[in-house]
Amino acid sequence: MIEAQGLSKRYGDTLAVDDLSFRVEPGKITGFLGPNGAGKTTTMRLVLGLDEPSAGRVTVNGRPFRSSAAPMREVGALLDAKAVHGGRSAYSHLLCLAQTNNLPRRRVDEVLDLVGLASVARKRARGFSLGMGQRLGIAATLLGDPAILMFDEPVNGLDPEGILWIRNLMKRLAAEGRTVFVSSHLMSEMENTADHLIVIGRGKLIADCPMAEFIARSSRRTVWVRTPDPARLTRVITAAGGTVGDEGDGRLVVSGLSRERVGDLAFENTVRLHELAAAQASLEQAFMELTGASVEFRADQQRSDTDVLTGSGV
Amino acid sequence: MTMATASTVAARPARRAAAGRASFGGALRSEFTKIRSVRSTYWTLLALVVACVGIGAIGSYGHAHDFGQMTAAAQAANRAGEITRAPMVSLFGVILGQLVIAVLGALTVTSEYSTGMIRTSLSVLPGRGTVFAAKAVVFGAIALVTGLVTSFASFFPGQAIMSGQHIGVSLGHPGALRAVVGAGLFLAVCGLLSYGLGALIRHTAGAITASIGLLFVLFVLTQFLPQSWAVHIDKWIPFNAGAAIWEHQSAPVMLSPWTGFGVFCGYAAIAMAAGLYRFRYRDT
Repeated sequence: MIEAQGLSKRYGDTLAVDDLSFRVEPGKITGFLGPNGAGKTTTMRLVLGLDEPSAGRVTVNGRPFRSSAAPMREVGALLDAKAVHGGRSAYSHLLCLAQTNNLPRRRVDEVLDLVGLASVARKRARGFSLGMGQRLGIAATLLGDPAILMFDEPVNGLDPEGILWIRNLMKRLAAEGRTVFVSSHLMSEMENTADHLIVIGRGKLIADCPMAEFIARSSRRTVWVRTPDPARLTRVITAAGGTVGDEGDGRLVVSGLSRERVGDLAFENTVRLHELAAAQASLEQAFMELTGASVEFRADQQRSDTDVLTGSGV
Repeated sequence: MTMATASTVAARPARRAAAGRASFGGALRSEFTKIRSVRSTYWTLLALVVACVGIGAIGSYGHAHDFGQMTAAAQAANRAGEITRAPMVSLFGVILGQLVIAVLGALTVTSEYSTGMIRTSLSVLPGRGTVFAAKAVVFGAIALVTGLVTSFASFFPGQAIMSGQHIGVSLGHPGALRAVVGAGLFLAVCGLLSYGLGALIRHTAGAITASIGLLFVLFVLTQFLPQSWAVHIDKWIPFNAGAAIWEHQSAPVMLSPWTGFGVFCGYAAIAMAAGLYRFRYRDT
């Protein structure tokens, strides 16, 4: 389990992580979602002790990771697949990592098999494709058979086959009872993978809830209705305080009223309905609504635009 | 590339009790794997040996040749002095060799930063002091062994060449063994000084520049000082202090061999301490 309490990290004038508190629990995939620059990577670096927090603390299984006696058994982390010495072979790279924690050599062969890199084990990592590099990074995370896995944007730049492979691997790891903490700015990817979501924007926590709840909570209350008499239903709904958009083909999209209220209004006014459904907002929509205000650089962008226009740049 | 989907992720139970736990021994093995698994190590060490032995041989030949050109009377007058200087002449290559080992020392730590490997290294072994110390021990041991091989491999051919004019010496000659072993030690400490600077500066080019500045440029600059200053400053210059152990110098101007080497080790220790401080306490 990963637990952050009031975690903050400041770089100069920038507050990259701002008073974050959350828990990442075992047995499920926790998606760590936020736009680029939201502080996801920084948070992961703080978890690993690569950076020291400016305030607050973050623990791995109850202790700071830096004091771990068996670090590779506790956490396998892939922050950057390119964080490899390109002159070293895949085998030597994994071996030098395994040796720090006294893991047996055969474990290196096992993980190479597992990620499908056994045939290029003696090749230097410099010549690896993006996908192979990603697999090498994932092999490294699995070396210590860790209880917690942390992946930063693991599908970035991968082909569909590679994406599917990583997605299935993460699901398997979570099913084995491990803690899987995976960041992404791709909302669609999270929708297909994560069970639980932690959403941040500008370093601040925006949401921390199960995936389904996140979508439900953030979706605008919209209802789909199909009726042979759209004009009359529109009048009825408008009179009751709702707003109606005509989608054509007898389909209306109603907001401001619940599905139940729309059904009751139609019944009371004897308007026939052929369809009545609550609209499921996609994660994409939900995300945009929730983070719209906290997308990094937006405010700054506007300010500098104004500066350019008025010639009052600092 | 095939994909393994059926195999299990879990490791089989390890046999050794220590397995799965971080230790200093493990860190040493890891650092040894790191340094021996990149080609630059071999090229740099080869360059070190070749440069030192080559320069030593050329210097010894030139020395013997010049001596051979002297009149019999001049030879007789200079022979004792030449013999005293003989070990140093065969070790002249160390002046270039110090820069080569400094490059390797800096690279040992800066390549971790330039490649990003440091983030992976510290994710599997978050104890910063352990990583820093293991790296220093492994590099220091390799630098010492290579340094000693280099100095012995420079000494014997050089002395053989100078023996043609009867100005070569054996290892048994007073001060000769100290000079040869000392040159090996000097090279190792040059490497460690540069290692410390590498950890402090974290950039390959910057660290190498700093090392060369400290070891070489500072030495060159002091050649231009007024004589009245030079007598006070020269002996404290890192190169002069460290080289006292293998160079024959007139005693009042330079520090005595082991004192000078001690001072040089002190400079290296300062660089290492500064490097360790940054390695431990600054973000990666």
